[in-house]
Amino acid sequence: MGDHLLEVQDLSVTFHTMRGPVHAVRNVSWHLDRGEVLAILGESGSGKSVSASAIMDLIDIPPGEISSGCILFEGRDLLTMSRDERRMFNGKRIAMIFQDPLSHLNPVYSVGWQIEETMVIHGTSRSEARAETVRLLRKVGIPDPEGAAKKYPHQFSGGQRQRLMIAMALALRPDVLIADEPTTALDVTVQAQILALLEELQTETGMGLLIITHDLGVVAEMAHRVVVMNGGQIVESGSAAQVYHTPQHPYTQKLIAAAPGQGDMSLGVAEQEPLLRLTDVKKNYGEFAALKGISFDLLAGETLAVVGESGSGKSTMAKVLLRLEEASGGKAEYEGRDLFALSPAELFEMRRDIQMVFQDPTQSLNPGMSVYDLISEAWVIHREILPKDKWKARVAELLEQVGLQAEHMHRYPHQFSGGQRQRIAIARALALEPRIIVCDEAVSALDVSIQAQVIELLDSLRQELGLSYIFIAHDLPVVRDFADRVIVMQGGEIVEQGSVRQIFEAPRMRYTQDLLAASLNPDPEVQAARRVKRLEMAQ
Amino acid sequence: MKSFLTKRAYASLISLLFLVVAVFFLSRLTGDPTNLYLPVDASLEARENFRALHGLNDPLIVQFGRYLADLAMLDFGESIRRSRPALDVVLEAFEWTLILAAITMTVVTISAIVVGSLAAFRVGGLFDRTATFFSLIGASAPDFWIAIVAIVLFSVNLGWLPTSGTGTVWHWIMPIGVLFVRPFGLILQVVRGSMITALGSAYVKTARAKGVASRPIIFVHALRNAMLPVITVIGDQAAAILNGAVVVETIFGFPGVGKLMIDSILQRDFAVVLAAIMVTALAIFVMNLLIDLAYSVLDPRIRY
Repeated sequence: MGDHLLEVQDLSVTFHTMRGPVHAVRNVSWHLDRGEVLAILGESGSGKSVSASAIMDLIDIPPGEISSGCILFEGRDLLTMSRDERRMFNGKRIAMIFQDPLSHLNPVYSVGWQIEETMVIHGTSRSEARAETVRLLRKVGIPDPEGAAKKYPHQFSGGQRQRLMIAMALALRPDVLIADEPTTALDVTVQAQILALLEELQTETGMGLLIITHDLGVVAEMAHRVVVMNGGQIVESGSAAQVYHTPQHPYTQKLIAAAPGQGDMSLGVAEQEPLLRLTDVKKNYGEFAALKGISFDLLAGETLAVVGESGSGKSTMAKVLLRLEEASGGKAEYEGRDLFALSPAELFEMRRDIQMVFQDPTQSLNPGMSVYDLISEAWVIHREILPKDKWKARVAELLEQVGLQAEHMHRYPHQFSGGQRQRIAIARALALEPRIIVCDEAVSALDVSIQAQVIELLDSLRQELGLSYIFIAHDLPVVRDFADRVIVMQGGEIVEQGSVRQIFEAPRMRYTQDLLAASLNPDPEVQAARRVKRLEMAQ
Repeated sequence: MKSFLTKRAYASLISLLFLVVAVFFLSRLTGDPTNLYLPVDASLEARENFRALHGLNDPLIVQFGRYLADLAMLDFGESIRRSRPALDVVLEAFEWTLILAAITMTVVTISAIVVGSLAAFRVGGLFDRTATFFSLIGASAPDFWIAIVAIVLFSVNLGWLPTSGTGTVWHWIMPIGVLFVRPFGLILQVVRGSMITALGSAYVKTARAKGVASRPIIFVHALRNAMLPVITVIGDQAAAILNGAVVVETIFGFPGVGKLMIDSILQRDFAVVLAAIMVTALAIFVMNLLIDLAYSVLDPRIRY
């Protein structure tokens, strides 16, 4: 038996579904030592979270079944223990934090109560736990810890909620902390703070830290060793630098090649009259100013990226532009007409020209409509585009244009993968033959390799059809590869705009510099250099 | 909070006013009470006197105005049948109904929550399937049928319980038992469904990762989240009983507000009908308010 703190040996987990058994992971082995950071890297469906769930006894049996292997914690096999015995380890010796802390915190109990509970169920007295909770909240950087303990999860920001989760997980100083996509839904600067906090706490307590992630940047920033998973199996493992620089397995090579932020930057499109010109656009919600007067031009055939953190007003800008919400002031000139002053009939005409692709294709495609219905609906509304007898041929053509097949038109959205669904959403937008497509975080929810494919598709469509994109994103490496020009937004204002080269190579504003410094690079060495720079900036 | 209460009070005042108008005029459509209260061969003079005494000779709109004016002074008029203030008659009956509703709903709520939560914990298990089976029957069985079967079984055949009336604890058992069945079935279904969602949620996963045992996971972490839709249904069901469980009260000769209303309509005792409707409407207004308050107590995200 090994001398590792935590060791997973030959673990296989099968889920018995109505369509037959699904092998979630097969013969997976890895280990974690005290003071070490191990990353499990994989895309969705790779089984990267399954071994963690098995460790925490979170797999429902049935339908799940652990068909082989053992999980040794300090040499004892967790899988042969009773439920109650395993409960004694959870939270006390091995703790876990998750992606999306809002849904993982109980909405109806105060955060103080939830942190105390971890301690109380493992034998601490309520009053002692209460005092310790305040200490923990202070430690993870929550302002006014006494007051914060009485508040509820919805009263905190996303980054603060993850800090709360961390406080809860670390309450009993566990030997192992498992972090499942701990920063995925967070803004880059917040992500950097959370990762720094995890690292600091890990160094201080000497616990073993297991990070489950899809993000090579997180691996580069945090991990000593990395395990790469694909299709339920480990394809490669080694030190973070070794795996990044000399990947052995084709899958790892593909994954690293697909990581954004490595290609050539665009030189921009030629100077010309702008296709769309926004002047001093404002949007107020009551007292709150979501857009404080923004102005920019969009040229024909150009990709204009809008970057900023949540609450910066970038999605509001898109809604106002499409007149899904009315602007409170300013002008948006398109072909000599002010979009904000159009009559309903003119607006209907204009809608054809500016289309939108949303972040989550699972939610933006009606699950009860077939692909044919989804795409041809555009022509039901805008009858002048295409006579009905040509619809079928055109749907087939559009599907092929976005890399799907004609026979897919009779299927429904749930029969497709996330990347394919986003292709359907793009085909739907193209059905109206628009000139501008607003992509609101259109690739954010996709796996890295799928993301690269969709970006490639958008790029080829731009060249083929002469489209312009307004590309709203928070992921800077993607923007770097794809955009011609970049707008950086913060608090409803444009803090900086310029060519992609200027923004990425010579950012002028402090905020842009902070954003770039916080964004993660897949190369562990680049990342190490950035850390040094970040430390310098902090001083 | 205060503005919320005021707003709600105004809104319900408006609905009460509409209710008064509708009920007042509809009830006059049922006919002239004179024929019902005086013998067939009563003299024309006697009829005139009766009408004058009760103000039935004035145009309807004048009668209505008088009624409203009295109502503003909280005077609901006299019961023709009983020659007592209508409000007293109604409140007496309402007290019975209130006790009946309170006991029934307490028993229903507790049992539905416990059984529903346990059923949700092991979906598809024997307990779950048994509970679901009986709750479906309960939710769909008509109460007059259950009442009659219960009387045949427990009173006629076994002779354990009295068929109707009041007086002893035993008299309460069958009305409560019969009123229990349908709300229990319905609420159980909602509890079960809502608990399945709650138990599958992310925060339950967190609780398990913290090492919380099964029972507190069900009854502390999941239940409070699952209660919101349940409370709505509890409110609906309680309102149905408060409105007068007409059928059950009639079958068991229970002197509640439902039976009173039916009797008063048949006797054209308008003052009592109107008073009964106003009192139950007020009760339902208060109960809805309590439900809204319960929402905000259970879920800190809801604030008025």
